[in-house]
Amino acid sequence: MSQRSRLNMIVVQALVLSLMLAMLGRLFYLQVASGLKYQNDALSIQSRDIVTPAVRGAIVDDTGAPMAIDRPGMVITVDRSILGKMPDKGEAVLKRVAKLIGIKYGDLYIRTRLCGELPIAKRTGCWNGTLYQPVPVTKEATEAQALKILENSDIFPGIGAAPVPIRSYPALSGENAAHILGYVGSVTAEDLTNTTKQYYQNETVGKTGLEFQYDKYLQGIPGVKTVIVDRTENVTSTATQTNPIPGNNLVTNINAKLQAATEKALASTVLSARAQGNKADSGAAIVMDVHTGRVLAMASYPTYDPNMWQKGLTTAQAQALFSDADGVPALSRAIDGEYAPASTFKVLSVVAASHAGYNLNANYNCPYSVKFGNQIFHNDDSQSQGTMSLQTAIAVSCDTIWYQIGYDQWVKDGGLTPKKNPNDYFFKNAALFGIGQPTGIDLPSEASGRLPDRAWKLAYYKQNKNFYCNYTSRARPSDLTPFLIAVAKEDCTDGYIVRAGDAVNFAIGQGDALITPIQMTDIYAAIANGGTLYTPEVARAVVKPDGTTIENYKPQSRGKIPASASTLNFLHAALRSVTTSGTAASVFASYPVAVSGKTGTGQVQGRNANGTAKDPTSWFASYAPSNKPEYAVVMMVSQGGYGASTSAVGVKEIYDSIFGVVGNKVIPAKAIFPSGAPPTGIPTIDLQSATLKKANTVKKVNTAKTTKTVKKP
Amino acid sequence: MTIFRQETRPRRFLRNISRFDHWLSFSVAALLLFGTLLVWAATKNWFASQHLDPQYYVKRHVINILIGLALAYGTTLIDYRLLRAYTPIVWGLGVLGLLAVLTPGIGSTVNGAKAWIALPGGFDIQPAELAKISVILGISMLLAERRSLGADPSDKDVLKALSISAIPILLIMLQPDLGTTLIISAAIVIMIAVSGAPTRWVAALLLLAVLGGFAAVKSGVMSEYQIKRLQSFVDPNADPQQSGYQLRQARITIGSGGILGRGLFHGPQTNGRFVPEQQTDFIFTVAGEETGFIGSGLMLLLFGLFFWRAFLIAQRTSDLFGRLVCVGVIAWFAFQTFENIGMTMGLMPMTGVPLPFVSYGGSSMFATLIGFGLLQNVHLRSR
Repeated sequence: MSQRSRLNMIVVQALVLSLMLAMLGRLFYLQVASGLKYQNDALSIQSRDIVTPAVRGAIVDDTGAPMAIDRPGMVITVDRSILGKMPDKGEAVLKRVAKLIGIKYGDLYIRTRLCGELPIAKRTGCWNGTLYQPVPVTKEATEAQALKILENSDIFPGIGAAPVPIRSYPALSGENAAHILGYVGSVTAEDLTNTTKQYYQNETVGKTGLEFQYDKYLQGIPGVKTVIVDRTENVTSTATQTNPIPGNNLVTNINAKLQAATEKALASTVLSARAQGNKADSGAAIVMDVHTGRVLAMASYPTYDPNMWQKGLTTAQAQALFSDADGVPALSRAIDGEYAPASTFKVLSVVAASHAGYNLNANYNCPYSVKFGNQIFHNDDSQSQGTMSLQTAIAVSCDTIWYQIGYDQWVKDGGLTPKKNPNDYFFKNAALFGIGQPTGIDLPSEASGRLPDRAWKLAYYKQNKNFYCNYTSRARPSDLTPFLIAVAKEDCTDGYIVRAGDAVNFAIGQGDALITPIQMTDIYAAIANGGTLYTPEVARAVVKPDGTTIENYKPQSRGKIPASASTLNFLHAALRSVTTSGTAASVFASYPVAVSGKTGTGQVQGRNANGTAKDPTSWFASYAPSNKPEYAVVMMVSQGGYGASTSAVGVKEIYDSIFGVVGNKVIPAKAIFPSGAPPTGIPTIDLQSATLKKANTVKKVNTAKTTKTVKKP
Repeated sequence: MTIFRQETRPRRFLRNISRFDHWLSFSVAALLLFGTLLVWAATKNWFASQHLDPQYYVKRHVINILIGLALAYGTTLIDYRLLRAYTPIVWGLGVLGLLAVLTPGIGSTVNGAKAWIALPGGFDIQPAELAKISVILGISMLLAERRSLGADPSDKDVLKALSISAIPILLIMLQPDLGTTLIISAAIVIMIAVSGAPTRWVAALLLLAVLGGFAAVKSGVMSEYQIKRLQSFVDPNADPQQSGYQLRQARITIGSGGILGRGLFHGPQTNGRFVPEQQTDFIFTVAGEETGFIGSGLMLLLFGLFFWRAFLIAQRTSDLFGRLVCVGVIAWFAFQTFENIGMTMGLMPMTGVPLPFVSYGGSSMFATLIGFGLLQNVHLRSR
């Protein structure tokens, strides 16, 4: 063997040795150093969770009658991963399914698409889950339809049918309550990545309303059976299994009968406002227990059928929910709508004036109009009322007195060159009433209203300075009137200054002030109960299926309104006189229950889509009985016309139901709360009778399996 | 004068066996046994669940081993030096087989490569496996020619050796079978290096290999599926459903075996058939999952034992032809083992080469056992 040959032989031996060592090292790394990691990876490849949804807890009213409950239904699912492998991407199969369940192919197609797969304009009704789970297209299939699919899997490949619980809103007392209850839907991709709670892909979760707010109590824990599968998804063994734990029931303060009556009163008020020639596009009505802040009824108009989600939304239904033409039924006006409070705000002005040193028992002049600088402000009814007591001024809703007070205080605070520490009685008092702050009601997405004080003015100015300073180039041509251009010029240089007009308008709840109906109700309840602002509460308790109380929500004060006892006494008298001798006297003439309240007619800037000027916002904020208040009732009709002729009538209709008033007589048997006050305890929940009642209309199905396989997220 | 005693056949058989290198035989026997168990484990549960014969593969595997052992034994009977005379014939047969595979109507395409000739009865042969032997014998013959004159191979000898190996390599590349091409090429370079040929040849060939590989990727000589496999080696997400999926599954399967393994026949990944080609190219994943680091490490040690003994045989023989045959077989087995196991562990790109002595597959089993027979042959004649 030559030297070179020998050397090369050694090199080759070293090479083979190093190959062996490399493999051994890599093997050590994979199996010993990273063995646990790969064991976990392997488990996630091999295991599938079969999720049996838990029965969702019921939502019941203050008598224990269910307003939301799970009932048996039948789901039809489409497995996109199977359809996608077909030459026509499953079109023929989907057409067959559409024909079977009686919907349009186009609607079915959208229901099976991820939202991101569709053009933005066509997304309504799209599937917001993931592609790795069978997509439910309806939960209201009949047993016959389900059997047809299960028995003909050759012509329905990838289509499944299984019994599922359906969220149902049975409306046992005729209530709708859609904006309170909310609705449920499938978990979204974001839910699945939620790190605080583990969701499974075929779970149903609350999307809005109480269903959303109390989801963690209502939802329960789904049963999970983890099985080991092979590459073709055949189950080879069961690893672990847990049984579903039903969700807890939510007891609310809502009284379903009162809710139905409130909704009915609101709807009829809106319609009568329309009959009087107002646009009356929407409205809200709230009934609150003044001693606790508990919400007994809360209606918003227009509304929608909360059951339609589970039936499977059609595109038209989904679009209608958010369409302006239909009045955006999805929006809860009661907590999300913000409106100028108008004259209902004068109760706050009274408190502000008392702090500013005005004598509430003195007489004031109520001229037709007042002039500050070159601006003229006048009363609504275009006549001079002469000198009157402040109480009468509230009753007849004189504006000019408040203009004058507001203006005088503004001047005292320095006018256009404000003092360093202005008194700002009006702004500061309004803040203490909670204007500009959400009430904290236990419902999602509450609006805050708006307190247009100096800080807000400055922030708003900073945000819009650019627009005003370039007004002529940025505004719409129709807004380029000499007056508006002049205003813009002024706003450009010192738009952050609270002007006389701002202060004057604020004193009667106009201008930039905005309030939600729930804030209004809370304030009138506070006046009624002696000054305590409560956090409005819809939920009363969370109760386990076995009856154990988990949560018992007590009334929560969020402060006192800044009114002294004498001021409150003045307000009680003034608000009573509104219905006896003031703006609402004709509505409540010879009414058997003493009602105190205030009308409001809020002027609205801007125009409707068809170019007409907007009709005013109609308010009536009240409480009753006047001498021993129990209920605060507020109604608001957007573009509803006068407060007295529209909303006060509607509020009276609600009181009719509460007290059992028939033809100016109280018939206690007809009263919703025969004891005169809402019940305070936790009721016994009776789901059985409701289930039985509904069971007659829903066929029971017990075919096939009750579960479906989903991949672990 | 020697008196020829008439021996009975069994006695002669036993005497022959007893003169084998026992450690080499032991390592091969252990690997064959290990492989048989793994082939069984890889297929038993799945076939049972499909209501097929659970022993279908293991039965055929044992038959393959028995045929292969017969071939190996047969290989040891003729003095390997006499084999030199038959080398041109062996080479010619190898080329013919490779040509047949490329002929439409004879060769069948599996996984994008024309590598198989289907035979009746569900058997098929892979001429490239047997061509490895003809190339090793051919090169050994040409490079060892001058040794009788006491000289190292000349440039001319090297050129001759290269040209006779070029034909089978080209035919294998046409299939295309990248793995086998690489293994044969590596074996050729190593044999030239050990033959004592001028070092410049080794350097030039190594350079050529690097440039050639680069050019093949760039120029599109490589088929799309080969490039995809290479890409998925570099970036497992490049083709997640295909090659990347397989490599990821293979790695997870091996890693999940841990130190002790899940137990033979009890690997969930194996029984769930998450890794493709478990009984052939990915057999090592079964070892990894079911026997753990203890078992699969033992398998590596058995290979190590095999190579150690094979190198000893190569060094002990004074005959260059014999040594080159040994080195060629060692290089072939070593690179094929590394390519196969390395692929399952993510060290090497995915190519379809079987694991010597272990994987299911007739042609490969026959070829590797013939290779083993050649080693023993050289051992028998080097005393």
